[in-house]
Amino acid sequence: MKAEGGVLGVFARLDPLLEACKRLRKEGFQDFQVITPIPVEEVQEILQKPKSSVRLFTLIGGILGMASGFALTIGTALDIGLMTGGKPIISLPAFVVIAFEMTILFGALATVLGLLWNIRLPRFKLEPFYDPRFSEDRFGLWVPCGADQGRRVQESLRSLGAEEVRFAKS
Amino acid sequence: MAPPKKNYYLALAGILAIVGVGLAAEIYQLQVGLGVSGLMHPVAWAVYITNFVFWVGIAHSGTLISAILFLLRCRWRTSVYRTAEAMTVFALMTAGLFPLIHLGRPWFFYWLLPYPDRGILWPNFRSPLMWDVFAVSTYLTVSVMFFITGLVPDVAAVRDKATGLRKKIYGLLALGWQGTDNQWRHYSSAYLFLAALATPLVISVHSVVSWDFAMSIVPGWHSTIFAPYFVAGAIHSGLAMVLTIMVPLRKTMKLEDYITGKHLESLAKLIILTGLIVGYSYIVEFFIAWYSQVPYEQAAFHYRAFGSYKVLFWLMVLFNTIAPLFFFSKKFRTSTFWLLAIAIMVNIGMWLERFVIIAGALSQEYDPFAWGLYKFRLPEILITLGSFGWFFLLFLIFIKILPVVSITEIKEEVRHETKEVNL
Repeated sequence: MKAEGGVLGVFARLDPLLEACKRLRKEGFQDFQVITPIPVEEVQEILQKPKSSVRLFTLIGGILGMASGFALTIGTALDIGLMTGGKPIISLPAFVVIAFEMTILFGALATVLGLLWNIRLPRFKLEPFYDPRFSEDRFGLWVPCGADQGRRVQESLRSLGAEEVRFAKS
Repeated sequence: MAPPKKNYYLALAGILAIVGVGLAAEIYQLQVGLGVSGLMHPVAWAVYITNFVFWVGIAHSGTLISAILFLLRCRWRTSVYRTAEAMTVFALMTAGLFPLIHLGRPWFFYWLLPYPDRGILWPNFRSPLMWDVFAVSTYLTVSVMFFITGLVPDVAAVRDKATGLRKKIYGLLALGWQGTDNQWRHYSSAYLFLAALATPLVISVHSVVSWDFAMSIVPGWHSTIFAPYFVAGAIHSGLAMVLTIMVPLRKTMKLEDYITGKHLESLAKLIILTGLIVGYSYIVEFFIAWYSQVPYEQAAFHYRAFGSYKVLFWLMVLFNTIAPLFFFSKKFRTSTFWLLAIAIMVNIGMWLERFVIIAGALSQEYDPFAWGLYKFRLPEILITLGSFGWFFLLFLIFIKILPVVSITEIKEEVRHETKEVNL
């Protein structure tokens, strides 16, 4: 069951935030979110989420690009069947250049698509718990939970040094 | 990103006028025909192709700074990379115009694309000119994606500060970025892969451009070092262009705290390196011509150094290889005047290099009966001028609507430098 609301903690410093993440994990919370203005490696270490699947998109895109590069050049050369410059119809060394460029092109396109797919962007509405300060100099911690747990979480965040703690609807 | 002042509008108006002059020259050339430029047999490639190679080259250092130095974890890149990346995109948007202008009948440019045709005519993929189409368009696409990906968290920060209509527009551009741990996890990974893809791409693009020449049988273009030689030259000119833009930019936008003397010094040191590689390539080119014992090749190089274009050649040597050596002295490296002066010299020198290689080699090929000299005419001079206007116009618009220094990465840098956990 998805919680209807949750607790939002706003932190001015990183250390208490990391501390809070660790404690939440110990208490068994899994689906809380950390909102930061910069990528923070420590958060990723604590959360221990699997490695991003963007790499798979890149790989598949790259392979697809190389295959279509060779398919395009060889296919069209065979189709027209015209020998030019005394070179064989299928001149692989020349076609490698096209295949290489298409590997990069498709790989990069797939990377961006993979990124957008994974983070579910673009979206037009921000989450209700989002605070404009999170893109400037504050760190946010969003813990989805029911009202019963809420009080306990609020207290524990406050005791760890959160600047501001409030209950919000999601 | 403050509201523009009077000087900004003055600069904008001046640049628009330059673009207008270039556009007028191009319209004139379209109406009358390519013959109004100095292009004619035997020099069918000259200023336009020089401009194309020059602008593609300018683009390269942007990718070097944003992607290669990112992979190498070069910290000083942070404050300059956004400008360098913007420069890449705008330089490519300028470069892309020149093959079209050069076509004379630009409305047929789509013949270069592989589309199914009624007469089963396909492009000849054995031709380096086709490689060029793929390399440059891939480069433009990937650079634009890299540029936008880097901008998303920054635009989100701008969105959160803005109000009213601006908030709506930046909100759309930020795609709804919120900076959650999940978003950062995928984002960091994607950025790394884009950088890793851009790195071999940048090297391949100028190699392909150099093969436009090296794959032919024109004496003067035989050297097998053309690919690395062109890549080094591209980065040489690009770094100089970064300095040319950065020095006035940091002064007028008061960015001295972000783009410090240390950053400019690092760029100057890189210019020493690329300048030395370029100088070495010049020497090796002449050595190979002599060592090959091919009389045509030897004649081509003798002509390059002592023939009709000898003034341009020696200016090129002076500007590209001798001038950057002054950066060995700290006095020159730390003075903004000399940084700018030498950077502009390198820019001119690199333009001349491409011109000397292209027009110089074509004007005297095998048969003396077919020799000819290329002379500049007004339309191509105005169109070249217009291209600089176009490039700086894009840049002027960019500095007003987007953050020129990466907000996010500067914050990361602050964190690394102070070892402090708060921002």
